Amino acid sequence: MSFKPPHELHRRRFGRNMGVGVSLAAFVVLVLALTIVKVTSDDFKFPNTSAAEQN
Amino acid sequence: MSDASIQASMIHEDEASFSDYFALLKPRVMSLVVFTALVGLLAAPVSVHPVIGFCAVLFIAIGGGASGALNMWWDADIDAVMKRTKTRPIPAGKVEAGEAMSLGLALSGMSVIMLALATNVFAGAFLAFTIFFYVVVYTMWLKRLTPQNIVIGGAAGAFPPVIGWIAATGSLSIEPWLMFALTFMWTPPHFWALALFMRKDYDDAGVPMLTVTHGRRSTRVHILVYTILLAVLAVGTSFSGVGGPVYLAVAVVLNALFLQGAWKIWRRDEDDSEGDNFKVERSFFKLSLLYLFLHFGAILIEALLKPFGLEGW
Repeated sequence: MSFKPPHELHRRRFGRNMGVGVSLAAFVVLVLALTIVKVTSDDFKFPNTSAAEQN
Repeated sequence: MSDASIQASMIHEDEASFSDYFALLKPRVMSLVVFTALVGLLAAPVSVHPVIGFCAVLFIAIGGGASGALNMWWDADIDAVMKRTKTRPIPAGKVEAGEAMSLGLALSGMSVIMLALATNVFAGAFLAFTIFFYVVVYTMWLKRLTPQNIVIGGAAGAFPPVIGWIAATGSLSIEPWLMFALTFMWTPPHFWALALFMRKDYDDAGVPMLTVTHGRRSTRVHILVYTILLAVLAVGTSFSGVGGPVYLAVAVVLNALFLQGAWKIWRRDEDDSEGDNFKVERSFFKLSLLYLFLHFGAILIEALLKPFGLEGW
């Protein structure tokens, strides 16, 4: 079974989709890295929720 | 029609690729934003975690790119007329104006929120103000109204090192404003030199550039006056917290060359310029690119020397 070679338009759309996909994946990795840095820093404090629970 | 086939009527030869959307963010301007914001961040007297520093510069750059997309959306009519800008994605028919607006608004919101979360709210708010200033105050309001448009636009382009500094420190002091002033005072001679040898572009677009409204002689005088003020400011910055011997040496050499170029431009008339195809104006424009890069590079070197005990003065 043979496939037709992809049209130039398909290649361009594939490139566009890949660009968006890679950008989103990079953003997810960046947010994860930022979160790790923030929660492991010395001045990070968990919010005090005990007062809210008592009310 | 099968899944794999495509009808001729569906083919849109000018359909945008990913790089066309990226071009909306004005990558060359973004590179200047990245560099100056990075210098502002590293020149600040506090240490920043590399990941947070990377995020700060990235989101400042995305904010700058977003304002570029919004600028292209609003100025699509001018861009279509000017030779320098007619190949941009909107006038070239690759991207719809509405798409550019949507991309610009989405990236603006994302960059402001993410910068505030990554660093501090003050930095996020300042980035939001910068985008507002460039898009609304400069692009929509004053660009087509006043020949001082370049001066006002220069202010927007000068904010990134200030935002970088705020991202690091959460506050302001004199040093980031000196970096702001450097870019702010550099922008008019840089663009007016361009306007001198790209003159027809601005005439055709009806943008009130100084060359169009006040004439070319007046533009030459303006270039010289701004360059003298810039030289005083640039050399004076040597004795601030971000300056030092390296910066002073760079500033003295570059400002001597820049003043010499501005002096030559001032002394020439249109016949001289036409005679050699604006050779002096073109070389002044090229020097201006190097000028800003090397000044900020020198501030960066001074900042990088500090951990080794090589303080400025």
